[in-house]
Amino acid sequence: MITILLSLYWTFLKIGLFTIGGGYAMIPLMEAEIIVIQGWMSASEFLDVVAIAEATPGPVSVNAATFIGYRLAGVAGALTATLGVITPSLVLLLLLSKLLIRAIQDPRTESFLNGLRSALVALIFLASYSLGQSAVIDPPSALIFGALLIFSQLKSISPLYFIVAGAVLGLLLFPY
Amino acid sequence: MPLQNTEAAKNITLWTILLTFLKVGTFTFGGGYAMLPIIQREVVEKKRWIDPETFSDILIITQSMPGQIALNSSIQIGIRLRGTVGGLMAALGATLPSVLILIAIAAYFYPQFKDNIYVDAVFYGLRPAVVALILASAIKIGRQILQGWNGIILCMILLFAAIVTDIHPILILVIGGLAGLIVFKGKNNQ
Repeated sequence: MITILLSLYWTFLKIGLFTIGGGYAMIPLMEAEIIVIQGWMSASEFLDVVAIAEATPGPVSVNAATFIGYRLAGVAGALTATLGVITPSLVLLLLLSKLLIRAIQDPRTESFLNGLRSALVALIFLASYSLGQSAVIDPPSALIFGALLIFSQLKSISPLYFIVAGAVLGLLLFPY
Repeated sequence: MPLQNTEAAKNITLWTILLTFLKVGTFTFGGGYAMLPIIQREVVEKKRWIDPETFSDILIITQSMPGQIALNSSIQIGIRLRGTVGGLMAALGATLPSVLILIAIAAYFYPQFKDNIYVDAVFYGLRPAVVALILASAIKIGRQILQGWNGIILCMILLFAAIVTDIHPILILVIGGLAGLIVFKGKNNQ
């Protein structure tokens, strides 16, 4: 139990530390750590967790951490994983805020972050390809994927829209 | 942009901070970027705890540091109002609803509905939708960052490295950042 809690904490600490600028920066890290390295869940279970995390209130990675932590080690796991993912924010803002602000005002930080974002684009593309293989599995699921992707490029839509549309289209197109 | 300031003079109690962020954490759907306008309305417009300039300073710090968008901005607002304890209260408020709701779902709803055919159908549709959402976010960041050849080439090299080797994504991010120091030198203030 202690071993699983420690590895939950350490895994989610890494995820929190390298989710820079929020959003889906966490996806490639979660995929590598949770599916590939730790083997805690399959790609399609992971996508279910992201969908649940997105459909519930609050920050998506906190939601995902709580859910995954609970599945692995109950309430203690949920709390440990959540604490891990928020530790970098707490430490940087509460203990190292002077250092953080000096770093952000340094012009090199912006160059570093731009390089990191270039890497992030590559990693998210790759993650969507590998996750896509367990999600886009037949013509109806390909249709849902394609339609939402195209629609999101034509119009700026909120993440919640993807979730509602995915759920409704799933009910309509599922090969019962 | 000092993190700590004297707004504490307004006499905002820790309890009020906790309640405010509990409300934000309970009623905002769609993740960090969707939560920001709600936090802004609550803290800048309704309660006038923070002025708009300070809020935009907070956003700059939030977007350039590790962690969750909603959490990073909540903690900073808490710190400005009541110091370290204020920051902790804001963090607690912003995360507690998530933790309680997700534990309830993982413990009761998920196991109960897992084998229901309609729930299967919903998740069958949600999975490609989530992949589309993730891919759309890469396209969005890509549009902002890959405007010059240097960014595009750096991204291609890193993509190639990530495909052909087993390098951990964290290492790819660090290599990208270090390469950015050279590639994006003097191209700041984007």
